[in-house]
Amino acid sequence: MAIKQKFDTKVAEGDMTAMIDMVFQLIIFFMVLINFSQEDQNEKIKLPASELAKPAEAPLEHPVVLNLDFSGSVYMGADVATVASLRPLLQVEADALKAKGLGAKDANVIIRAHQRTAGGLVQELIKKCQEVGFEKFALRAQEDRP
Amino acid sequence: MAMKFKSRSSEKAEMQLTSMIDVIFLLLIFFVMTFRISAQEGDFNVKMPIGGGQGPADTTNIPIKLRLRANTDGELVDIVVDDSRSFGNDFGKLREFILQLTGGNAPPKPEDGPEVEIDLDYNLRYEFVIGAITAVTGRRQGDKIERLVERIKFAAPRKQQ
Repeated sequence: MAIKQKFDTKVAEGDMTAMIDMVFQLIIFFMVLINFSQEDQNEKIKLPASELAKPAEAPLEHPVVLNLDFSGSVYMGADVATVASLRPLLQVEADALKAKGLGAKDANVIIRAHQRTAGGLVQELIKKCQEVGFEKFALRAQEDRP
Repeated sequence: MAMKFKSRSSEKAEMQLTSMIDVIFLLLIFFVMTFRISAQEGDFNVKMPIGGGQGPADTTNIPIKLRLRANTDGELVDIVVDDSRSFGNDFGKLREFILQLTGGNAPPKPEDGPEVEIDLDYNLRYEFVIGAITAVTGRRQGDKIERLVERIKFAAPRKQQ
């Protein structure tokens, strides 16, 4: 007995155009807002706020970023040290600058210290950098717009 | 004589979109996961060569000494300028003093203006140090920032109590 085919065998396809449009718009939104310059930031650090902290028009030359947390640990790239044991890491940076024909005094040390860190610890960190020859420091703060 | 044309297939030409949509969703997930909302950040520049914190070599250009005293909890209790004028813990009064001193004008060159040396108790919280630097270096008027003092340095660190 011949059975009449009841259903259409074609694949049922929804219209994907609107969804793809929206997904592309979302991708563009996130691509525009992504900021790779935040790579040096450490989530453990909550910066102090300042109404004068305005993003610089040009990035600092030869930056050396030091993240100082509340407990006194210093994060320098992937390395962690205390203020007292930081010198070898700073020396590596100074030697790398020397290899480029520059000196430690040409570098800008960016200090990102937690807002509740003891101020004396920040001073000790600056002193430790000075001992290796660094002269220029940038104390980083978070913008606080009134 | 009439000619017969073979009619073309009326089916739509369709691209295979599945793999593209897969990749696009992966991209979207990457951007969503790496997205972080963070406030803008700015810097206060401090130039301190070694030995610079040990007092001025030129006695005609004596820096303004800003002493910041803290209690045992690290809270700011007193701001003293040049060992003589006390402003309590009011950064507003400190800014008024700096405004009077500079006449509200930024120096023509950063190295020409007055210099402030900050001497703080070891346990004073860093947020108060930045507060003092903010009060001394300028003020915000709308979107504009008026610079007052460009040269900041720290005294030698005090011993931990």
